[in-house]
Amino acid sequence: MTSELLSVTSFTVAMAALATLLMLPPGVAVAWLLARRRFPGRSMLETLVSLPLVLPPVATGLILLWVLGRRGPLGRLLAQTGLEMLFTWRAVVVAMAVMGLPLLVRAARAGFEQVDRRYEQVAATLGASPSRVFITVSLPLAGRGVLAGALLGFSRALGEFGATIMVAGALPGTRTIAIAIFGYTETGNQAAAVTMLSVSAAIAFGALFLSNRLTNHPAGAT
Amino acid sequence: MYRVITMVLLAACLSACGSGGAQPRPRLIVAAAASLTPVIEPLAQAYERDTGTRVELNLAASSTIAAQMIAGAPIDLFISADQAQMDRVDEAGLIHAGTRVDLLGNRLVVVAPAGSTLEVRSLAALVAAVGRIALADPAAVPAGVYARRYLESAGVWHQLQGRLVPTRSVRAALITVEAGEVDAGIVYRTDALSSDRVTELFAVPATEGPEIRYPAAVAAESGDPESAGRLLAHLRGPQAGAVFEAAGFILVGSGP
Repeated sequence: MTSELLSVTSFTVAMAALATLLMLPPGVAVAWLLARRRFPGRSMLETLVSLPLVLPPVATGLILLWVLGRRGPLGRLLAQTGLEMLFTWRAVVVAMAVMGLPLLVRAARAGFEQVDRRYEQVAATLGASPSRVFITVSLPLAGRGVLAGALLGFSRALGEFGATIMVAGALPGTRTIAIAIFGYTETGNQAAAVTMLSVSAAIAFGALFLSNRLTNHPAGAT
Repeated sequence: MYRVITMVLLAACLSACGSGGAQPRPRLIVAAAASLTPVIEPLAQAYERDTGTRVELNLAASSTIAAQMIAGAPIDLFISADQAQMDRVDEAGLIHAGTRVDLLGNRLVVVAPAGSTLEVRSLAALVAAVGRIALADPAAVPAGVYARRYLESAGVWHQLQGRLVPTRSVRAALITVEAGEVDAGIVYRTDALSSDRVTELFAVPATEGPEIRYPAAVAAESGDPESAGRLLAHLRGPQAGAVFEAAGFILVGSGP
């Protein structure tokens, strides 16, 4: 029991961390685009990225199942390179990343919007290229927002259930905390469910607490 | 912070490499209806111990498993809680020809929370005396579909509308009864037997209820259909049969 608790917990934290890394590049890019650029299809992109927040997770899971499956568009390509997705830890990471992305984008976007445009403009007039402005000015100034978003996305990933169980199943090699809790309730193992639940609550509390501190106390405060 | 992230990543990579390494022993993924959970887990462990074949269980709603198989999930053996979901997979050409069999049968029973004072022994008495009744989602979950067919054939389905509490799965219906949130529930006999916090009011007579069958088949895309076939044969054998019967299942088609 204890060793299982430990292995499931470390697996879940590792998968959520990988998911956070996976969602960071597209998440930060989309957040910056939404905060700083006006372009056709902007509202469309904004809505699309937020969709996993409001769709039933099982529905998101079903979409991922089609996309990642051996007969799906992406799954077929990956299968050709020998990468099996469904029912593996990779599917866990993808499901977690998709579910965490909207939260990351929201917080990171707020971070970019708080950056004073004049700093970016000054950097540009001094000859910095747009990418250099982004890397040396915008991103560091929006750092707290991005980090808060990453922590939010990480917390969401930790608790992800609906999409994960669709694409990764509930195999010994893909058991996350949420799936373990589900399994224990199904078999009536209340004690194990409660232990797992406490661990899950403790980790989520820590990550959320940190994320809230980052957003509630803008740079310079505290 | 970065050190923590690095360590976590390293751990993830190690566990990933561990599971991706070469495995000399056969490894089977068995996808089984969630209602089989309490009995299939010990059976899989015993089989693994006796034969060395690794058996990994994916326990979910049969409809979920069917969707996963159609999407191409690497499943070797599928045990469904109803024919409809097995038909879906079969029609998609994902069943290894000639391996589909009816493995088990089950019965519906009406249960109440343990210690309930209800003296209900028939459907008529249930309709007359009982308030809210939990059952698995009658639109999608096999146990709920069976319960609905039973209530419809008895002509009380419309009368009971508004008093029925549909749940996500038959286990959830059982938990709802255990918690005393409803006065009664319609579940499988096997669920009723697995819990000491519910009491059986009456069993649905075999002549009135729908025929409940658990079909099983080897997947067409199984990487090791021979091992999967051996496991299926074992599940139909006397040793596993005793375990299934003890859990309240009915053995059907105990063929060769």
